[in-house]
Amino acid sequence: MILLPSNHNLADRILRFICWICGSLVLSFFAFLFFDILIQGYEKLSIAYIFSNSLNAGRAGGIAPMLVSTFLLLLLSLVIALPISIGSAIYLAEYTNEKQWFSRFIRLSLSMLASVPSIVMGMFGYAFFVIALNLGFSILSGALTLAAMILPLLIRNIEDTLRNIPDIHRLNASALGLSKFRTIFQILLPMANQGIFLALILGIGRAMAETAALLYTSGYVTRMPDTIFDSGRSLSVHIFDLSMNVPGGEQSAYGSALVLVLFLLSINILTHWIGQKIQLRSIT
Amino acid sequence: MFPHTRDTLLFFTLISLVGISVICLLFIIFYLVSESSIILSEINLRHYFFDDSWHPSENQFLLLPMIVGSLFITIGAMFLAIPLGIFTAILCQFYVPNWLSQSLQRIVEILSGIPSVVYGFWGVVVIVPLLATIQAPGTSLLAGVIVLTFIIMPGIVLIANNAFQNVEKMHLHNAIALGLSRYSIIRHIVFPSAQRGLLSGIILQSGRAIGETLAVLMVCGNVVQFPGNIFEPIRTLTSNIALEMAYAMDLHRSALFLSGLILMLVVLTLILLAERFELSTKTT
Repeated sequence: MILLPSNHNLADRILRFICWICGSLVLSFFAFLFFDILIQGYEKLSIAYIFSNSLNAGRAGGIAPMLVSTFLLLLLSLVIALPISIGSAIYLAEYTNEKQWFSRFIRLSLSMLASVPSIVMGMFGYAFFVIALNLGFSILSGALTLAAMILPLLIRNIEDTLRNIPDIHRLNASALGLSKFRTIFQILLPMANQGIFLALILGIGRAMAETAALLYTSGYVTRMPDTIFDSGRSLSVHIFDLSMNVPGGEQSAYGSALVLVLFLLSINILTHWIGQKIQLRSIT
Repeated sequence: MFPHTRDTLLFFTLISLVGISVICLLFIIFYLVSESSIILSEINLRHYFFDDSWHPSENQFLLLPMIVGSLFITIGAMFLAIPLGIFTAILCQFYVPNWLSQSLQRIVEILSGIPSVVYGFWGVVVIVPLLATIQAPGTSLLAGVIVLTFIIMPGIVLIANNAFQNVEKMHLHNAIALGLSRYSIIRHIVFPSAQRGLLSGIILQSGRAIGETLAVLMVCGNVVQFPGNIFEPIRTLTSNIALEMAYAMDLHRSALFLSGLILMLVVLTLILLAERFELSTKTT
């Protein structure tokens, strides 16, 4: 940021006025939203709310089954997506440069995959995983759909991390006669582990926020899932269902919204902290 | 190809991992096309525009109101979010001290991570009742526009911030040395050079807006009609899919896949457009 000179002619004053109006409008809207959810949700939030089963279609009781489903969905989708994205990122960063047509084609496909509307992703998941592969409405179908959604984000971030490793390390490795295999697994990947962790957390944030893609893949049963082949309702789907289909479910939805927002807030703080650590290391 | 067999093996593993993302994308497109080809082969294109109503069980497939609904709501939200977002970004970059600018950016980052279903829920409990006091029923085009504005604004602020930061620092120093006023620098130096970055970011964001599903579904009322004014309920293409996918059969189901295909084509066109803009910035 560069500090521009602050001479006060009329045009400058008008622009500054408009900017302040817009900025404070934006901030006050969001402050309103945040405190509304915080205050209303806080009434609902308790240890019992988090650890008990939901009763009466979610109006009473807690959110334990949704938390377990959300956790399983996240875990499974990351277990599926992470190896694929690390491999793809290694390929893109170590074997191609940005000018080759093949790597441009892959990059374009990735940005297209990243912007498939989530309901379309949900339709695909429903037609392919639920029906064609006969997995049914299950956490596994949901996790596979989520994995496809977060792949581009993971690949992009891990690739950036790998590209930021100075070439001197690759040159050293090849001067020592290390094979490409060893260079990647014993030098580059260990150096990139923080960046990979960062990508992982960004992926968790994206996957937790997803709703539309899960509606027709993992379903919305409020029961506690026994296996990954059971249907399970994620926290975001729970909020949707409570506010749309359950009259009188608003208070409970506030509680779930608060839990979800707090989770994402902590994820944001964590990513920022890791991001700073990575930056510091690359400076020193 | 490589001196060690392990390296050759690694290379082919990586290539096949990269292939997974591409295959995912191809599968999505393939499913959309093959499922919607059922209806396309049976029912002439003009029916989607000139039928009497949307009653799939009676072979009436009027998609036009939903297309119009999606367009209105996206354009409305962009119309509000673009100026608000850009002015907020200008405030953030040029009119406030560094510490405030930093914290503003953090807040916007956090907001961009909040799930859209939370915004939708908040729309249901706060905005819809508010609008209902002006004109019943409250669930309306306007409610959808407001909620969608909330959802895409953080993204637009981030894009604009990024575009302003990428302006060549040398140009700014030169302009300051020439004694230009702050307004002239922003208007004549910063804006023209950030234009392309802004545009490509905004195009991508509008793709996200048109694909937004559940938040819009929650507040729009979902009546299939051409809205007479902004207080009337509408239904978008995305919410139509989410609402009817559960029970749709045969041609009806195929019609839903067709609307998915339309969405996908719109989003892909936007991506290609945005890519064009970015490419032409790099070459200049």
